[in-house]
Amino acid sequence: MSAAVDLEQRSTAVWRTLGRVPDPEIPVLSIVDLGIVRDVEWRGDELVVTVTPTYSGCPATELIMADVGRALAAAGFPTHRLEIRLAPAWTTDWITTEGRERLTRYGIAPPGANAAPAQSTIDATALFRRGPRASVPCPRCGSTHTRELSRFGSTPCKAQYRCDACLEPFDYFKPH
Amino acid sequence: MTSDRLLFDYLLRLADSDLVLAQRLGEWVGHGPVLEEDIALTNIGLDLLGQARLWFAYASEVEARFAGAGRSEDALAFLRDSGGFRNLLLVEQPNGDYAVTMARQFYFDVWHKLLLAALTGSRDARIAEVAAKAQKEVAYHVERSADWVIRLGDGTAESHARMQTAVDDLWTYTGEMFASDEADDVLAGEGIASDLSALAAPWRATVESVLTEATLAVPTSLFMQRGGRRGVHTEHLGHMLTTMQHLQRSYPGAQW
Repeated sequence: MSAAVDLEQRSTAVWRTLGRVPDPEIPVLSIVDLGIVRDVEWRGDELVVTVTPTYSGCPATELIMADVGRALAAAGFPTHRLEIRLAPAWTTDWITTEGRERLTRYGIAPPGANAAPAQSTIDATALFRRGPRASVPCPRCGSTHTRELSRFGSTPCKAQYRCDACLEPFDYFKPH
Repeated sequence: MTSDRLLFDYLLRLADSDLVLAQRLGEWVGHGPVLEEDIALTNIGLDLLGQARLWFAYASEVEARFAGAGRSEDALAFLRDSGGFRNLLLVEQPNGDYAVTMARQFYFDVWHKLLLAALTGSRDARIAEVAAKAQKEVAYHVERSADWVIRLGDGTAESHARMQTAVDDLWTYTGEMFASDEADDVLAGEGIASDLSALAAPWRATVESVLTEATLAVPTSLFMQRGGRRGVHTEHLGHMLTTMQHLQRSYPGAQW
């Protein structure tokens, strides 16, 4: 009984530690906000933290793993193992509500609801979208008079937008 | 051949097309027509490089099962000669102008998306999960390259002419995407690989509708080049590898 309580307390401490590890590219978000920490568990005495990477080629992944290792060691969990889990694939739906609010305050429009699940065929009509896409509210002034400048922004996970009301450019975290 | 050897070779086919195209896109760094395109191309290249690494990592584990030890991702990427590469001929073709880069990308993206969607049903769980992850990224690539084919095809007289030339010139490299060999058939029979010939009709339907929307003529030539998937390449791959592999060849084991 007390062992179980102890384990729970230690897990809470681990989650708290991980909640202070920033995403290297978007430091306003922690890796817990980002939704990539999938599991914290104890196998015997060993702590196992499971992480699901965002994009396959995201250069931040290795840095994040190293940061997690350092943070856990500093918090008193020197013996731990980090595991990568690919399935189910990461989705922006896993970004926490708190994380979305932080993104907005930071000047990045948070991702909208995720697109329909992946299809096995390609709907050609979806490739001909010429009109404006679903409007993304400007994180600065809230206007929905915004437009996409480029489908890729400063990182693979973001698109570049511009607000036609306040005339400021901004990043949009793409639904993925 | 044991089936692990076949599987290893199949994984190289998946990895090498991603890697070679990522390298080609990387050649645009600093040369994009506008900054946003420069960034977009290299971000797509980064997606493909990440996917290549996932396939290489698995290939290495499979190689260890029959060879005692598996080569590392770096060894597979930097220490094989062109005859050891299993990528599609399409992706090794030089960048040319922007129409060529986008036509090559479009032909590949449509096929890649269909292939990955099929592989999400692979009986090999590792293949299925990498495919599920990669196809989310590739869905975005297809939309972007289709957009450019339409913009340039249905653009000025000059951009239209260049895009028509690009889709015509690259057409001969598209047949290879649907031609299966014994290795494909064995693995497809086991439910591990997908039936490549089944991708041909949906690929053609998508390509035709986009080319038509782009006011471009669908190429009609029937002769198709083949060989990439068994290591017989155009001269362009060797030249590309001299650049890509130069550092590891000149300074073996060099690390950042």
